[in-house]
Amino acid sequence: MSLLYIRKDMLGPSAPPASQTGAIRWLRENLFSGPVNSILTLLAIYVLYALISLSWPWLANGVWTASSLQECRSIVAASAGPDAGGACWAMIHERWHQFIFGFYPPDLWWRPILAFGLLFVALAPVLYADNKSAMSKLCGLIGVLAVLCLIGADGFSFHTVLAIALFAGLTAFAATKPRALLTVTILFPFIALWLLWGGSIWGPITALLGFMVMAMIYSLIAPKLGPVMGASLGFIAACLWWLFLQSYVSEAWQALLPLELTYVTSDKFGGFLLAFVIGVASISISLPLGILLALGRRSDMMLIKTLSVGFIEFVRGVPLITMLFTASLLLQYFLPPQTKFDLILRVVILVTIFSAAYNAEVVRGGLAALPRGQYEAADALGLDYWQAQRLIIMPQALKISIPGIVSTFIGLFKDTTLVSFVGLADPLRGITTIVRADINWKGIYWEPYIFVGGIFFIVCFGMSRYSMYLENKLKTDHR
Amino acid sequence: MTLATEPPKANFRLGMLIYDTRYRSYTIQIIVLILFLLGVAWLANNTIENLAAKDKDINFGFLWNRAGYDIDQHLVPYTNDSTHFQALLVGLCNTLLVAVIGCFLSTILGVTIGVLRLSKNWLLSRMMTVYIELFRNVPVVLWIILVYAVLSETRPEPKDFKIVDGTSKASMILNDSFAITNRGTNVPSPLLEHPLPRIELGGYSLNLSVLACIFVVAASIWINRILRRRAAATQEATGIRPTTWWKSLLILFVPIIALLFAMGLHWDYPAFKGFNFKGGLNVAHAFTALTVALTLYYASVIAETVRAGIQAISKGQSEAAAALGLRPGRTMNLVILPQALRVIIPPLISQYLSLTKDTSLGLAVSYLDLRGTLGGITLNQTGRELECMTLMMLIYLIISLIISSVMNAYNASVKLKER
Amino acid sequence: MKKSVFFGALAATTVLAGSAFAGTLDDVKARGELICGVNVGLTGFGAPDATGAYVGFDVDLCKAVAAAVLGDAAKVKYVPTTGETRFTALASGEVDVLIRNSTWTFSRDTDLKFDFVAVNYYDGQGFMVKKDLGVSSAKELDGATVCIQTGTTTELNLADFFKSNNITYTPVNVADDSEALRQYDAGACDAYTTDASGLAASRASLASPADHIILPEIISKEPLGPVVRHGDNNWGDIVRWTYYALLTAEEKGVTKANIDQVASSTTDPEIKRLLGLEGDMGAMMGLDKDWSRRAIAVSGNYGEIFEAHIGTSTPIGLARGLNALWTQGGLQYAPPIR
Repeated sequence: MSLLYIRKDMLGPSAPPASQTGAIRWLRENLFSGPVNSILTLLAIYVLYALISLSWPWLANGVWTASSLQECRSIVAASAGPDAGGACWAMIHERWHQFIFGFYPPDLWWRPILAFGLLFVALAPVLYADNKSAMSKLCGLIGVLAVLCLIGADGFSFHTVLAIALFAGLTAFAATKPRALLTVTILFPFIALWLLWGGSIWGPITALLGFMVMAMIYSLIAPKLGPVMGASLGFIAACLWWLFLQSYVSEAWQALLPLELTYVTSDKFGGFLLAFVIGVASISISLPLGILLALGRRSDMMLIKTLSVGFIEFVRGVPLITMLFTASLLLQYFLPPQTKFDLILRVVILVTIFSAAYNAEVVRGGLAALPRGQYEAADALGLDYWQAQRLIIMPQALKISIPGIVSTFIGLFKDTTLVSFVGLADPLRGITTIVRADINWKGIYWEPYIFVGGIFFIVCFGMSRYSMYLENKLKTDHR
Repeated sequence: MTLATEPPKANFRLGMLIYDTRYRSYTIQIIVLILFLLGVAWLANNTIENLAAKDKDINFGFLWNRAGYDIDQHLVPYTNDSTHFQALLVGLCNTLLVAVIGCFLSTILGVTIGVLRLSKNWLLSRMMTVYIELFRNVPVVLWIILVYAVLSETRPEPKDFKIVDGTSKASMILNDSFAITNRGTNVPSPLLEHPLPRIELGGYSLNLSVLACIFVVAASIWINRILRRRAAATQEATGIRPTTWWKSLLILFVPIIALLFAMGLHWDYPAFKGFNFKGGLNVAHAFTALTVALTLYYASVIAETVRAGIQAISKGQSEAAAALGLRPGRTMNLVILPQALRVIIPPLISQYLSLTKDTSLGLAVSYLDLRGTLGGITLNQTGRELECMTLMMLIYLIISLIISSVMNAYNASVKLKER
Repeated sequence: MKKSVFFGALAATTVLAGSAFAGTLDDVKARGELICGVNVGLTGFGAPDATGAYVGFDVDLCKAVAAAVLGDAAKVKYVPTTGETRFTALASGEVDVLIRNSTWTFSRDTDLKFDFVAVNYYDGQGFMVKKDLGVSSAKELDGATVCIQTGTTTELNLADFFKSNNITYTPVNVADDSEALRQYDAGACDAYTTDASGLAASRASLASPADHIILPEIISKEPLGPVVRHGDNNWGDIVRWTYYALLTAEEKGVTKANIDQVASSTTDPEIKRLLGLEGDMGAMMGLDKDWSRRAIAVSGNYGEIFEAHIGTSTPIGLARGLNALWTQGGLQYAPPIR
C-alpha cells in the first residue's frame, strides 16, 4: 500500500487554551477561582481603591518647606485650589530631631548614634551564636550605617574617625574570634550608660567592679558552701561595694585621671531615644529576673513558688499604665523619705518589673517545652540543681524562648509610648504635644502621627520578621 | 547484714541545714520568708513615715463625698451629685463594657481574617497579611487616636442631617435608625412600656426589668443544657440522637421574647430635631474609637493566633483523616479544629486579658473608664493618690484573676497527659 | 538628713541626692539648679521651641527665680508635668516650684498642703463658640455639646454653671488642648470651654479666627500662680517676692533695657530698695543684694514678659484686662518692698 503514511516525528504540543496560560490563568487560579472568591476579590479591589482615592490627594499635595502651618495651608491652597487638603511635612522637616533625640544637645548626637550601633554589635553574638560570617556582616553593616548617621549628624569629625576605627576593629574581631564579641555584650550596658549620660568614665567602671567583686566572692565561696550561698554572699559584698566604697574609688580615680564626657541630664532624653533607652534597659535587666522567677514558679519549695506566682500574677494582672502611674505617683511613698530618683529611672524600674513577669512566663514556656527526659538525664548524670540548669536546661530553654522574648520586647517597645501619660517626652504623644504647643504648628494633626507610626512600624516589623525567622530556624521537628 | 539504703543515723548538726538536701530547702525557705517579711516591713514603714511627713493619712472616706463632675456615658444611674464611689462603679461598668464588646468583636474579626489569610485568593491573603502586620506593629495608642480622629473628622455634623426641601446633606443608615455624626453615634434605644418597678436597696436602685431579662436568659440556657445532656444520654444508650434543634430554639428564644413583649418593648429612634438628634442613645466617639481600635488591633493578633493554631496541626492528621475516608468538612470539624483549639484558646484568652487591660488606654481619648474616673478625675480632685491607685490596681487585678483562672481551668482540662 | 540610694550602675549617674523639705533654698543652691515644673502643652505659657529651649510666660518666671537665687537664668531644669502628675511631683520634692497654670483653690491650699505664693495670671473659664451658631450668651447653651479637658478644675466649674442655670449639656472629654481644638474645629462640639487665655490662643490658631467668638460670661475665677510646698516659708517668700519685684519694676518703669541706667541715676527710694542700692533686702531671705536686679534683667518686668509671650503683639493677642497693674484698673498689685 503506497498510501501508507507514517509520521516520523512527534507533533509539537499545541498551545494551551488562552484561559490556561499566563496572566489569565494566574488570575483564574488566584483571584477568581469561584463565585465566592470572585466577590471577595472585587470587594478587596474596591476597598483598596477607596483607601487610595481618599488619601492620595492629601499625600500628593504635601508641602516640604514652610515655616508654619498657616504657610503650609496657603501653599496648598495656591497650588491645588482652596478646598484641597494637603499634608504639611514641613513640620517633620523642622522638628524631626526632636522626634528622634528629644532635647539631646545636637553636638552630642554622636553619642546616642554610637550607642545604638554598639547595641547591635553587642546583640550579634546572641543572635548569631557562632556564625562568623553573619556576625561580621552585621557588624560591618551597622558600622557603615552608624558612620553615615554620624556624618549626617555633625559632619566629618573626630568622632567619625573614632567610630570608623571602632567598628572596623569590631568587624575584624567578629570575623576572627566571634567569642570575643561576648565581652562587648557584657560591657555594653556600662558603655551605653556612659555614652548616653556622660560624666566620669570611672563611675561605670567602678560599678562594673562591683560585679567583679561578686564574681570573685562567688568563685571563692561556691565550692565550699554551694552556689546559693556563694551567690548571695557575693551579692551582699557587691552591694556593700556599691553603697560604701564605689563613690570614693571613682572619685579618687577621677582625681588621678580625669576622663569624662559632657554630662547630659535625663530630662534631655525624649523621642525614640527615650523609647529605646526604656525598652532596651528594661528588657535586659528583666531577663535575668524573669529567669529566676520562672525557676521559682517551677520550684518544689512551697514558699518560693507562692511568692513567684503571686508576683507574676499580680504584675500581669494590672495594666502597664497603672504601673507607670505608680512610678510617678506612688513610688515616693514606698522609698525611704527624701530619696529621690529621676522619673526616667523610676519608669525603667517599674517597666522592668512589668516585663520581668512577662519574661518569666516566656521562659516558663521554654522550660515546659523541654522533654522531661532532659531533666531526668541531668539527674542521672548526678548534676545538682544549678549545674543542671546551667549546663543542660537553660541553654535549651532559652533558645526556645528567644522568639517569645523578642515579641515581649516588641510589645514593650510599643508600650513605651505610654510614658507620655506621666509627663515624659515619648515620640507619639509627648513630642507631638510639645510641637503642637508651638504657635506655628498649633493645629497640625495627622503628620506627626504618620511619621512616628511609620518609624514604629519599621522597627517592630523588622523585629517580628526576625523572630519569625528564628522560630523557623529553631523548629527542629519535621512536618 | 544491713541494708545499703538505710540512711546513716547521724546526729543533727547545724551544718546539715546547708549541706543536707532534706533540710536545705527549709533553710532557704525560712531565709526567703524572713527577707520577704523584712522587705514588706521596710516598705510599710517607709509608707507610714512618708505619710506622716506629708501630714496625710490613709482614708477611704472620700469615696462617699460628692464627686461633682459629669460622666457622659453611665450604665448605672449617675449625676454630678453622686459620690466618688458611684463614679467608680460607672467607670468599672464602662471598662467592662469596652472589654466585653472588644473581646467579642475582635474574636469574630480575628478568626475571619486568620482564615482569609490562609485563603487561596492571592489578593485577599496579601491584603490580610498587610492588615495584620500594619496593625500589630504600631502602638495601639496610635490606632485609638487615629480612629477617634477619623470618626470626628470625616463624619458630617449633626446639622447636615437636617432635612431642607426634602433633602439633607447627610443621611442616616440602616433604615433611618442609625446616625453617625462627628459628635457620636446615635442608635435606637430600647424602651419598655410597662417596666417592672425599680427597687431601692441601700441607696442604690436596682433595675428589676434588666434583672428579670438576665434571669430568664440564664434559666433558658440552663434548661437547654439539660435537654442536650438528656439527648446525649439517649444517644449513648440507643445510638439514635433525638432531634433537639427546634426544642432548643423554643427554649432559648420564646421565654425572653414573651417577657419583652409583656413589658412592651419598643425602640426609640433618634431623629433630628432642632439643632441636634433627639431620642435614642448617643454613643460618644471616645467609646466607639476605643472599642473599634482595640477590636482592630486585637483582631490582628488573634488572626495570627488562629493561623498559627491551624498550621500547627501536622499534615499527617489531615492525611490520616482522609485515609479514614472523612470528607473535608468533617476533617475540619472532627480532626483539625479540636486539636487547633487546644493551641488557639490559651493564647486567645491571654489576648482577652491584654485587651481588658488595654481598655485603660482610653486615657488617650479621655474615655471615662475606671482609670478615667477613679484613677483620673477622682484622684485629681481629692489628691488621694495612694488610696485611688491601690483600689484601682486591686480592681484590675480581680478582673484579670477571674479571666486567668478561666484560662487555667481550661488549660488543665485539655492538657495532654505526659507519661 | 541626706540619704541617697544606689541601685548598681544606674545609680552612679542618675540618682539625685535627696533634699530636705525644710530648706529648698539650700537644696537649690547646693544643686546649682532650679527645678521648675512646667506645662509643655500650653501655647504662650510654656513649651520648648525647635532647639529644645523652653519659652513662655510661665517659663520666664522660672528664669527670674533662678536668676535671683543662683545668679544665672540658664540654670533651670524644666520638668514637664501633666494635670495628673503635677501636684505629686511638687509634694514629693521632684520639683522645687510649680509654675504651670494651676488654679489657687481652697482644697489645694489646705488639703493638698501647698502654698500658692502669688497670682501671676488672673484667668477665668470661658466658652468659645462658632459665630454661625447664633449664640451670644453662655446661658443659651442649653442642650449643647461642650468639649472639656479632663483632670482640671474646669469640669467642676462647668457642672456647677449648668446646674445653677438649670440647663443641660453633653460633655465631650478630651485629653489636651490641641485635641480639644481639633474636635471643636471639626464641629464635634458646639462649644469649647477652658481658661479664657487658652481660648484666645486657640482661637488665634484656627484657620479663620473671625468665625469664632468667645462668649462674654466668665463662669469661674481662675487665679493661676506659682505653687510651692507648704511649710517652707522662706522658699515661698523668695518665689513670691521675685514675682513682686517684676511687678514693682513695671510699676516703676524699670525695664530690661533701662535697668542699668535707672540704677545709676534714680533717686526714688523704692526703686533703690528694689534694685538693692539701699538696705539689704536680699539678706532677709537668704539671698544677696542684687537678687531682684538679676531677676528683672533676665527678661524684663512683668509687662515686658506679658507682651513678649501672650500680649496683643503676639499671635495669641491677650489684652492685659484683669492682669493690668492696679494703677491701670487691673488686679496686679505688688505689696511695697520695704
